Amino acid sequence: MNKVHVQSKLNGENIEFLCEPRQSLLEVLREDLGFTGSKEGCNDGNCGACSVILNGTLVDSCLVLAVEIQGKEITTVEGLATPDGLHPLQQKFLENASLQCGICTPGFLVAAKALLDHNPNPTEHEIRHWLAGNLCRCTGYDKIIRAVQEASAVMSKSA
Amino acid sequence: MQKLTNGTSVVMVEGKTVREVIDNLDKQFPGIKDRLCENDRIRPNFAVAVNSEIITVGLRKQVEPDSEVHFLPAVSGG
Amino acid sequence: MSDNSENGKYKVIGTRPIRHDGAEKVIGKAIYGADVRMSGMLYGQVIRSPHAHARIKSIDTSKAEALEGVRAVVTSKDLPKTNEDDMIDLGEGMTRLKYIRDNILASDKVLYRGHAVAGVAAINQQTAEEALSLIEVEYEVLPAVVNVIDAMKDDAPLLHDTLTTDEMGEQTDKKSNIAAHLQHKLGDPEKGFKEADIVIEHEFHTATVHQGYIEPHNGTAIWNPDGQLTIWTSTQGAFVVQKQVAAVLDHPISKVKVVPTEIGGGFGGKIPIYLEPVAALLSRKTGHPVKLLMTRAGVFEGTGPTPGSYVRLKLGADKSGKLVAGDCYLAFEAGGYPGSPMFCGCMCIFACYEVPNAIVNGYDVVVNKPKSAPYRAPGSTQVAFAIETMLDEIAEKLGMDSFDIRLLNAAKEGTRRVDDLVYPRIGCVETMEAGKASDHYNTPLEGPYRGRGVATGYWFNIGFKSCVTASVNEDGTVNLMEGSTDIGGSRTSIAMQFAEVLALPVEDVNPRVGDTGEIGYNDVTGGSRTTYATGYAAYNAAQDVKAQMIEIAARHWELSADDVEFTDEVFKSKKDSSKKLNFKELAKIGSADDSPVIGKGSVNLGFHIGGSFATNIVDVEVDPETGKVTILRFTAIQDAGKAIHPSYVEGQMQGGSVQGIGWALNEEYFYNADGKMENSTFLDYRIPTALDLPMIETIIVEVPNPTHPFGVRGVGEANIAPPPAAITNAIYNAIGVRFRELPMRPDRIIAALAAKRESEPLEAVAGS
Repeated sequence: MNKVHVQSKLNGENIEFLCEPRQSLLEVLREDLGFTGSKEGCNDGNCGACSVILNGTLVDSCLVLAVEIQGKEITTVEGLATPDGLHPLQQKFLENASLQCGICTPGFLVAAKALLDHNPNPTEHEIRHWLAGNLCRCTGYDKIIRAVQEASAVMSKSA
Repeated sequence: MQKLTNGTSVVMVEGKTVREVIDNLDKQFPGIKDRLCENDRIRPNFAVAVNSEIITVGLRKQVEPDSEVHFLPAVSGG
Repeated sequence: MSDNSENGKYKVIGTRPIRHDGAEKVIGKAIYGADVRMSGMLYGQVIRSPHAHARIKSIDTSKAEALEGVRAVVTSKDLPKTNEDDMIDLGEGMTRLKYIRDNILASDKVLYRGHAVAGVAAINQQTAEEALSLIEVEYEVLPAVVNVIDAMKDDAPLLHDTLTTDEMGEQTDKKSNIAAHLQHKLGDPEKGFKEADIVIEHEFHTATVHQGYIEPHNGTAIWNPDGQLTIWTSTQGAFVVQKQVAAVLDHPISKVKVVPTEIGGGFGGKIPIYLEPVAALLSRKTGHPVKLLMTRAGVFEGTGPTPGSYVRLKLGADKSGKLVAGDCYLAFEAGGYPGSPMFCGCMCIFACYEVPNAIVNGYDVVVNKPKSAPYRAPGSTQVAFAIETMLDEIAEKLGMDSFDIRLLNAAKEGTRRVDDLVYPRIGCVETMEAGKASDHYNTPLEGPYRGRGVATGYWFNIGFKSCVTASVNEDGTVNLMEGSTDIGGSRTSIAMQFAEVLALPVEDVNPRVGDTGEIGYNDVTGGSRTTYATGYAAYNAAQDVKAQMIEIAARHWELSADDVEFTDEVFKSKKDSSKKLNFKELAKIGSADDSPVIGKGSVNLGFHIGGSFATNIVDVEVDPETGKVTILRFTAIQDAGKAIHPSYVEGQMQGGSVQGIGWALNEEYFYNADGKMENSTFLDYRIPTALDLPMIETIIVEVPNPTHPFGVRGVGEANIAPPPAAITNAIYNAIGVRFRELPMRPDRIIAALAAKRESEPLEAVAGS
């Protein structure tokens, strides 16, 4: 099997790796690059636990082939916090108890970041609509939505 | 279970522990001890409640006068 | 966030600190089962039966073994056959060891589509999957039976050659798919019905549904040459995995260590073991670590959904609405092997009410579906669906308010249940009263096709065994080692209970979930027991630490321990009030001069039937064209006894409510006639999304549990019992159709509306 050489940017840093053409981005992130923050819930694009941002677009990384990210930029959950601290979304998730088991949390954080990048002051309905592709079984979504609302308020103030 | 007690659902019995209660029950209704116990323990498919609290210490559980002792199927939780 | 400390009564309890494991989880660094990696690790996969019922005639693994990259293949031949009739504790109920082994890797028969038949280990996941397609299994397909009614018929195909019906420990002679029959009886139901003013009887059906956790099952094992077996797995109970694996593999418990990783949801479904023994066998064969991850289809088809059910309920009431008699017949689908929560259903059907004359007959029935596993208050939702909707029917006949009929009949302290147990102090009435007084209930609902419904449900708290150890660091912080795997934030609630006793900031107590080698035995995280029992153990450990610290203070001041007390958050001399030290100061002194302080708490608590009651109010709107039901407003009310961390109590209430909403409206295992599940993906097994729901309002009621030092009642489960019934009642209120089958899917709503229109007199139709 001939491997393909891919060069890309991951969470702001240049990376390169070898992968088989059949490998999904999710598999390469988790198995080959050691970034296990993105989670596998279904492997067929229905749960959003593997959400990443690819050149500014929210995608399910289980539906993206790793070779497709050649020359592109990816943001995963590992890229949200900085040495200065947690991203406001992460902080609000903690304050609002928006995670119980936490397995869907990385996907939700990335998806919410993509939303706020795109629409800094979403209504409740817009938040729910945007996040409908991320499944959570523990929380009933209530505290997740509140966290996103609070984060957008904080980020608007400091913008 | 009532088959073993000839249809009686409430039986008065002496005993300071669950073990004694069962032993005395067996005197009134022979065979009931074997039904409830095995190897000096309550059989795993039964639970015992004393005054409506399902106990976890088995035969040695102490029983006060006028206590109610119930034998129930072991209930699985969730 | 508001601080719920009651008038300063508690310093820590009732507050809403950030959970100790939170940062790790939001930055994606927490290690869940699938994140485990070690050098030389192989990847495994499992092949599953395509048939619902078949005899295995042969399994040829030679081609798979010959594939480059494949290192080992295992089948049931690799499992020992010893002690097959032993009853093994699954963590929540007992079953025969043979059944557990056969469920892990089928021996002579496959009993459901998805039943695991062989396991493969290879150098990567792709090769393992390819190897599965090379395993040749010859099946003799047998007729399948996929619902309880058919399975109970005399001419039904039998799943097991030797299964007979267990009647409270006594076996009948007749071979059957009915694994068990239980009867409860109280008073004189026949007389009660004769004297009733109203008698109604209906049949109810619910479909098989899955717990739906987002994280699939996993298991990583290393079997060392010295026989030491270490397993990493996402589980609700490391010790129960240890016990089961040891029994299944006939390997000493002393040589099995289970490391519970973080877990991505369980709800009861991650109490049984599936992949762990297969990983262990593959590791032993290959000499390498082996990791298995379940596919999503495997999760749906090969793990433990909750039973579909048939319930027939007859209720008798007098004209004031008081229940005078009840008769329930229920049959639960156990799946391929016996062990449905039929016993729980029998306990729960009348649990919210005083029914002086009642009889319940419950049947545990095997069918060609995956073996059922516990799902959040197992059995309670199925029976609440029946009684809560029929109560509304009686209320309507009598022109009574929905809460009034419930309050009239509500179970209280002293109520004798159909299983003859008597309730201690409970909060059933309080949750109903909170519902009746709520803003939601007192806000009128207007508009066409809109309706409101209420319902109540119940679940108990199992107690059982928990232990914790606490070690005091020289800076006055405490390491709290406990053994309850954390599926929803419990490690913080446990730390809070410890911290409260010693008036410590909760950030100074560092909880950790240990593996089976690090902490003493702990029963599963489930059964609404964790905050209750492990919290109690933490409370005891804190008392132990307090006593040791008093000793240290006494030695430091050269007094006797009787002359020292811990009060107003300091250790002080009773004789000389100027002699006082806080915890930090004393810890520093102790670490210099004294032996290390290790506190322990260990409990084996009774099973507390008082439990928790949950009440719902829901407003719905039905779209008559599409049949879609929109939840407009939902209020979840529950008795928490004492809410240690209110945010996580609210979270349990909201999560269980939403699972109940999915159960009511969309979720089901959709089977074809051959017993094949046709919707084993998250696309077609439709759980609620954020777009399907409003905010879930919560009202926490606190009727302290007399058996816990802080009054804690476990709240994890009762909240899933009432939602389907509440929604059914709301739909009736909206469109005048009473559903008695779940789920209430759009196509069923449309069909029911059409049928209603057909049967309505012409005048009504012309008027609209």
